[in-house]
Amino acid sequence: MNEGPVLILGARSDIGLAVAHAYASLGRPIQLAARNVQNLDTAKTDLEIRHNVQVTLHEFDAVDLNSHDSFVDALPVLPDIAVCAVGLLGQQEGDEQDPKAAILVMRTNYEGPANILAILANRFEQRGSGALVGISSVAGDRGRATNYIYGSAKAGFTAYLSGLRNRLTKKGVHVVTVLPGFVDTKMTQDLDLPEKLTAQPSEVADAVERATRKHKNVVYVKPIWAIVMTVIRSIPEAVFKRMRI
Amino acid sequence: MKLSGWGKHPVVECQVRRPRDTDAVTEAVLATDAIARGNGRAYGDSALSRTNTIDMRGFNHMLAFDPDNGQVVAEAGVLLSDVIAAFLPQGWFPAVTPGTRFVTLGGMVAADVHGKNHHIDGSFGNFIDWLEVIGPDGAVTRCSRTENTELFEWTIGGMGLTGVILRVAFRLRPVETGWIRQTTHVAPNLDAAIDLFEASLDATYSVAWIDCLSTGAEMGRSIVMLGEHATRSELPKKCRTTPFPTVARQNLKVPFSLPGFSLNRYSVRAFNALYYWNGTRDDETRYVNWNSYFYPLDSIQDWNRIYGRKGLAQFQCVLPLDQARKGLNEMLTEISEAGQGSFLAVLKRFGPQDSRFSFPMEGYTLALDFPVSKSSVALVRTLGQITADYDGRVYLAKDSCLDAQVLRATDEARVADFSDMRQQTGAAKHFSSVQSERLNL
Repeated sequence: MNEGPVLILGARSDIGLAVAHAYASLGRPIQLAARNVQNLDTAKTDLEIRHNVQVTLHEFDAVDLNSHDSFVDALPVLPDIAVCAVGLLGQQEGDEQDPKAAILVMRTNYEGPANILAILANRFEQRGSGALVGISSVAGDRGRATNYIYGSAKAGFTAYLSGLRNRLTKKGVHVVTVLPGFVDTKMTQDLDLPEKLTAQPSEVADAVERATRKHKNVVYVKPIWAIVMTVIRSIPEAVFKRMRI
Repeated sequence: MKLSGWGKHPVVECQVRRPRDTDAVTEAVLATDAIARGNGRAYGDSALSRTNTIDMRGFNHMLAFDPDNGQVVAEAGVLLSDVIAAFLPQGWFPAVTPGTRFVTLGGMVAADVHGKNHHIDGSFGNFIDWLEVIGPDGAVTRCSRTENTELFEWTIGGMGLTGVILRVAFRLRPVETGWIRQTTHVAPNLDAAIDLFEASLDATYSVAWIDCLSTGAEMGRSIVMLGEHATRSELPKKCRTTPFPTVARQNLKVPFSLPGFSLNRYSVRAFNALYYWNGTRDDETRYVNWNSYFYPLDSIQDWNRIYGRKGLAQFQCVLPLDQARKGLNEMLTEISEAGQGSFLAVLKRFGPQDSRFSFPMEGYTLALDFPVSKSSVALVRTLGQITADYDGRVYLAKDSCLDAQVLRATDEARVADFSDMRQQTGAAKHFSSVQSERLNL
């Protein structure tokens, strides 16, 4: 098995950290990338103590597109696997009235992740190997009144990953789209989530690790979400527009 | 949200906060009456607060490890299972472990947990170097045997009622392998079991399973299990390839609560008889891995569901050495007369312990659990009274139904001191659990 490092973009998120633990437990070195990365020092020590692997910290701002090239240049070594767990849920109702906030949600969930993965994709393509994982969302499968700003950006990201996979599949680079559904994290701590539909960050992490190991393309972390979203996608628009879901 | 302890009794509507950093814990403590909660493995209502249950599982970072002396520094929400996963491959094992590895370090401190080696090593508190606790003023205080000693001594075994435990520095023990050399002995009755314990005081680990339903000359018939950490050289061939066996993923699971009547006196009697016969056949030395030796029930996820929706009532007491035979006989008589089969009845010899509010004292401890019903709750109260009659103590981490008078009767001086301390430090105003209110602590 390949034992090169795994880069976690958005490493402060619960999903990002859980993914780091999943790969570290297999002995892979970890590169944690986030804003104000120095205060991930505790997480770094924790990973090192638990899994006996090397962990490095890298300053990364998903929406500062100009910094992305130099960010990748500064990595000690080009990772084998890059997982993008960058995300911003926003406040749908507030953001509807605040274009600036809405744009930030769109940029954080789509533009930034797409841009950094584009740069990594080119380098992986050149090398002829690697895996890119995007944590997208079932919210991108159909726009709903309650979260369409976030959902639209995730829809863009999902489509981007799909195209990237199509382009790179013959170049030895694998692209995974992960659709977690509800996850019990900081991002959702104020929401009342149905237990049966809600995954723990560690379940998302295991799904990510399994997907890169088994070359899966699109992964619903909880299989029930594949069914739920198939149903939601198949509702005629004339009906859907009047529904509150 | 509705919360309970591991026994699923009682179930209480609780306000829960999940702080992510120290400031958020401080804020939670200053807000209103609070109790910290770890992984919810105390059986009763120790970690429930209607107004302010502080879920500490977000504090799950390991902060330092010193391979020279086996000291781990970690946040209180770290699970013991994670400690084992991280350090057993390097040749370290918890110096003291309770019967489940899914407890948090904070919970282990608060209950001052004991293991099968209490008669030699004492409780978990003996292996704690220092603690950091958020007290009633919301500030973090470091305490140890040399610094803020009162807080240190009261917090170990203090059931979270001195403050919120934030960080723990504790020692592991070096082990050569993850295997235990287990020797099983059969005791035809309680006296024989106690004799076996007394003859085995130099064994590192000792514990007995008691058949609570046998009566007459067979009352208290037991299987006494002794254990030693196996050295590398003594391991049989088949174990040698994996000196530090790891745990497979949990695949046994109780998917839903069984109907309450699944555990009636007949099924329990059959279970106990089976176990006893199996033990008699198995009277020999064998090598078992650490997980099945220390945590047999952990491999069945949600095993508490076999007790049905109403949950289970646990009871654990300790009786002083000179009273143990008589007192335990009285209890076993009471239990078999009540016909309340205890699925798990465990007997264990404790060594001496001198601490402020921890459970253990030199003598014999008996742990039982029953499906919750009117009669089993009444039985637990009777057992509490017998404990008091014999100058014993009850274990608060297991209790969900005693009342304040019985607790006072078992442990009057220490309970009074504990309450005074809580008044003086202001802890009484800021920290309380459903249990502490029930027991008037």
